[in-house]
Amino acid sequence: MSLQQFMNEAISPWMKQEGPDSDIVLSSRIRLARNFSQHPFPIIASEETLNKVLEFFQQEFQKKSFRDYKDFELVQMKDLQPIEKRVLVEKHLISPHLAEKAEKSASLISQNEQVSIMINEEDHIRIQLYFPGFQLDQALEQASQLDDWLEEKVDYAFDEKRGYLTACPTNVGTGMRASVMMHLPALSMTNQINRMTPAINQLGLVVRGIYGEGSEALGNIFQISNQITLGKSEEDIVEDLHSVVKQLIEQERKAREALMTRSSVQLEDRIFRSYGVLTNSRIIESKEAAKCLSDLRLGIDLGFIDHIPRTILNELMVLTQPGFLQQYAKTPLSPDERDVRRASLIRERLQLENEE
Amino acid sequence: MECQKCHQRPATVHLTQVINGQKSEVHVCEKCAKENGYMNYGEENFTLNDLLSGLFHSEGPSPLKGQSAHSYTKKPKLKCPNCGLSYEEFARIGKFGCADCYKTFDERLNPILRRVHSGNTRHDGKIPKREGGNLHLKKEMEEYKTNLRQLIEQEEFEEAAKVRDKIRSLESQLHHREDGDE
Ligand SMILES: [Zn+2]
Ligand SMILES: [Zn+2]
Repeated sequence: MSLQQFMNEAISPWMKQEGPDSDIVLSSRIRLARNFSQHPFPIIASEETLNKVLEFFQQEFQKKSFRDYKDFELVQMKDLQPIEKRVLVEKHLISPHLAEKAEKSASLISQNEQVSIMINEEDHIRIQLYFPGFQLDQALEQASQLDDWLEEKVDYAFDEKRGYLTACPTNVGTGMRASVMMHLPALSMTNQINRMTPAINQLGLVVRGIYGEGSEALGNIFQISNQITLGKSEEDIVEDLHSVVKQLIEQERKAREALMTRSSVQLEDRIFRSYGVLTNSRIIESKEAAKCLSDLRLGIDLGFIDHIPRTILNELMVLTQPGFLQQYAKTPLSPDERDVRRASLIRERLQLENEE
Repeated sequence: MECQKCHQRPATVHLTQVINGQKSEVHVCEKCAKENGYMNYGEENFTLNDLLSGLFHSEGPSPLKGQSAHSYTKKPKLKCPNCGLSYEEFARIGKFGCADCYKTFDERLNPILRRVHSGNTRHDGKIPKREGGNLHLKKEMEEYKTNLRQLIEQEEFEEAAKVRDKIRSLESQLHHREDGDE
């Protein structure tokens, strides 16, 4: 797959599918941090070393396939325009950190975009694997197999006592960050999520909004992930996360039911107002767009709106970010111009559903 | 504009530093920015740096208690022989320089790891296939031994005998491998 196709195919194929519990869980992700035992970590490595690592991946893994993950493409940061990097960040195929680092970094991306292996990020290797919906166990199993596949060629930095050695002490041990992206509109509306967060933190898990800044969660989308990577097995970490997510799913469903019985008309009104804004506005900021998209998605989940696919939230949250808007417009845009483009992109997208 | 530190590469990182209320402009290249700890990536790391520097300062004599900085610097400098990172640099940037840093700073790591990982200091997860070497066999043997104890307690001797045979065969495999390695 060419780079151009990468960019044009705005939505990753896996994102278009619905997974288990996809009324609430948007995606599951496993990330594994790994390093070469013989090279200094990227933070202090010489340019020569970073090049060696890159060339190694170019030679050993470019165009290779592993099971469902076909035709890995090594996308080098030095070959990308700033907007192209931004688009990859918005698709979560690279981290902001990787985009900021200039020359010697890359991402090895599978054709279906489910797997991206970042090269010379904070660690030499960061394997990321996404699944739609709530599929943590599958994600862990597949990520571990990918890890074994890489290990056939790479001498990993590993220590019996400390486990997989990483640049940052927060990642040492399993090197694993498991996370689940959840849409929790009812728990946010009723402010319950804030009350639940301390208890979740106590279990060594972190709750945070992934879009937007600080504690504010744009679009009521939250990421739940493990904080601890040392002293627990991968399976135990995933199990703990799994059980918390399961509880959150139940609580969210209960809160939605309660809202439906107590204030069904108010809820319906809110959903259709937001739908009205999305289909009619000519200028829309990302914050308002996210709020309205969250309402629309809730309306689809609750059956108020039935002609639009659920994946619209995921899709438009990605497409209406600055990088994509500029990619779509094929020109750099000021924030004001983006708000206009955002409104028209959303209108066009929703219009498509009416035509079908 | 050239880098203020190395005067070789162009300055691509521009920041304002505030030290003791004095503002100053810093223009450095990316490499020097990294080496001097000017760059922070992501919120995760930022809090960790705070944490680490807090830990670092809590270690050794505190200058607040009337001890001079002199006695502080007298400690032999701990420096990774492989990558050259000193313990002070590690504490400042909150990152290791290479795999060997873990061995070099080993004695000082437990308090840091305990703090970051809820009291844990030892890995209890996956073992890589090749790098892990005999660890797989050792781990498997540990599991059989636990199993064996349970079976004996439950007086299931027939099963216990089978497990004991498995342990023996693993033991011989392990010895065989270790001999082969030497
Ligand atoms: Zn410099
Ligand atoms: Zn080192």
